[in-house]
Amino acid sequence: MVESEVPAVSFTNVHRHFGMVRAVDGVSFDIVDGEFFSILGPSGSGKTTCLRLIAGFDQPTAGRIMIHGQTTRGVPPYERDVNTVFQDYALFPHMTVMDNVAYGLMVKKVAKADQRRRALEMLEMVKLADMGGRKPAQLSGGQRQRVALARALINRPRVLLLDEPLGALDLKLRQQMQIELKALQRQVGITFIYVTHDQEEALIMSDRIAVFNVGRIEQIGTPGEIYERPATAFVAGFVGVSNLLTGEIAARITGSNTAFSVRPEKIRLAEPGNPAPEGSCTAEGEIHNVVYLGAASRYVVALDGGGELIVIEQNLNKSAAQVAASLGQRVRLAWDRRHNQPLADGEPGP
Amino acid sequence: MRFRRKERLEPRAPLGLKLAAIAGLLFLHVPLGFIILYAFNTDDKSFRFPPPGLTLKWFAVAWEREDIWESLGLSLRVATMATLIALILGTLAAAAIYRSRFFGREALSLLIILPIALPGIITGISLRSAFHLANIPFSFWTIVIGHATFCVVVVYNNVIARFRRTAYSQIEASMDLGANGFQTFRYVVLPNIATALLAGGMLAFALSFDEVIVTTLTAGQQSTLPIWMLTELVRPRQRPVTNVVAVFVIAVTFIPILMAYYLTRETHETAGPGR
Repeated sequence: MVESEVPAVSFTNVHRHFGMVRAVDGVSFDIVDGEFFSILGPSGSGKTTCLRLIAGFDQPTAGRIMIHGQTTRGVPPYERDVNTVFQDYALFPHMTVMDNVAYGLMVKKVAKADQRRRALEMLEMVKLADMGGRKPAQLSGGQRQRVALARALINRPRVLLLDEPLGALDLKLRQQMQIELKALQRQVGITFIYVTHDQEEALIMSDRIAVFNVGRIEQIGTPGEIYERPATAFVAGFVGVSNLLTGEIAARITGSNTAFSVRPEKIRLAEPGNPAPEGSCTAEGEIHNVVYLGAASRYVVALDGGGELIVIEQNLNKSAAQVAASLGQRVRLAWDRRHNQPLADGEPGP
Repeated sequence: MRFRRKERLEPRAPLGLKLAAIAGLLFLHVPLGFIILYAFNTDDKSFRFPPPGLTLKWFAVAWEREDIWESLGLSLRVATMATLIALILGTLAAAAIYRSRFFGREALSLLIILPIALPGIITGISLRSAFHLANIPFSFWTIVIGHATFCVVVVYNNVIARFRRTAYSQIEASMDLGANGFQTFRYVVLPNIATALLAGGMLAFALSFDEVIVTTLTAGQQSTLPIWMLTELVRPRQRPVTNVVAVFVIAVTFIPILMAYYLTRETHETAGPGR
């Protein structure tokens, strides 16, 4: 077999139960070597447990985990070719930044001079070359995050695990770090497994996303697939905003009572009675809530005969005043039939 | 009117309360002053105030006394050994209680702390009868075991408090970066708990060094320094020698306690950030 065909990490029917709680409940997936793979889900969905199973801090109750084709059974964390960036960074407070970064080399008894040189290289990569003498307590949150990253990369692992590493940063810094992390991953070319509960973050950075819910995988796919073609009601609700139509209301629009979702930005607002193009779904109703969002506006339309749809429309020609004035107006909604995404049964996401 | 201590937010204590506080502190500490004063007393039979004269000769006399050196040596050896046992057992116990969740964990934690709350006389009597039942003759080691019961507690308390302020992810990070259990202990755990160990060890040493009750009940013919002092007090011969030894004991116990206080206080301020 060609090396690159072996998955970086492979889960086969993995379970991890804590007493009665099934934190990971029969999960299987393969992570391709070199990809940016995100594990996305709400808290308590088992995503961090999966990461801990890969790192070796926890053992599966059942199932098989392979890292680069090798079994992980009985292999302690310090013998696995993976490194972790912790949610709380877990920097050693009694060591300097330089010693923190060099730690992985120090415990492997690499020569002192090489330790220093490679630690400095890592610090340069994360743009902290002049901070080596400081203690972690003297750094800002963003700088600590970079130190944690440099420390985890110094052993040149084949897989890097990241446990919500940007969770503690403020929005601006988080957005900047998202771009830097993605660039860094391309630069070093190793597999990143990224745990997050932030769907936007997952969409921005990932090559593929696995959406987790109560210990199971709801869907695995590229950001485009996850967003455009959510497989379940949970995914449709958790990733972005979605309109969920079921039963009678679905039947009135499509003629079939199969549940489906449609994204709010796919729906157009028009005057009542306006003809819709061929292949469109239509519905009529009354706007009973409007929120002006700056670039776009969000309308909640109560449909005739029950149900409501959220519509997001760019403010191309409308002013804020016009948007506000549309409250209570009757409208016709139309969207391309192809944007309807039929859903498997399941609980809708939050 | 305008200058009536506007900047002062807390109310001032009334004069009576201040005087009471000063009186209380004097009551606690003036006797210590007398102990030190009478170490220099020229009169060797009775303590009159003021002392008839001051002299350094009792320090020389004490220096010459074989029995003092013997008791001092025993006390130091017992305290050192009890502290060593306490450091090892206390740290292991703290690590186990901090690390794992098991049935009866809280009860076990209480059982470890109990010896320090238990009156020394109870600890002493129960150990004495236990040694009897097990046919263990009294020796240096029976004293050490008696002292270790309460020394373990101070080390345990100090170390577990430090563990609770240490993020467990640090240990995982170390293992993740390739350090085995021993390396993780040496490079991450030990530096984190070092000052707690030092503080706990010093307190344990000081506790052991001046212990009387448990020692009386677990020692055979040997006497530690405090026991020696107790027996010396009833003999009206060269009384200031006892005071000289008392001054020495004050110094030996006071300094470690003071250092332990400063060590733990300093880490309180620095242990917070960097997690």
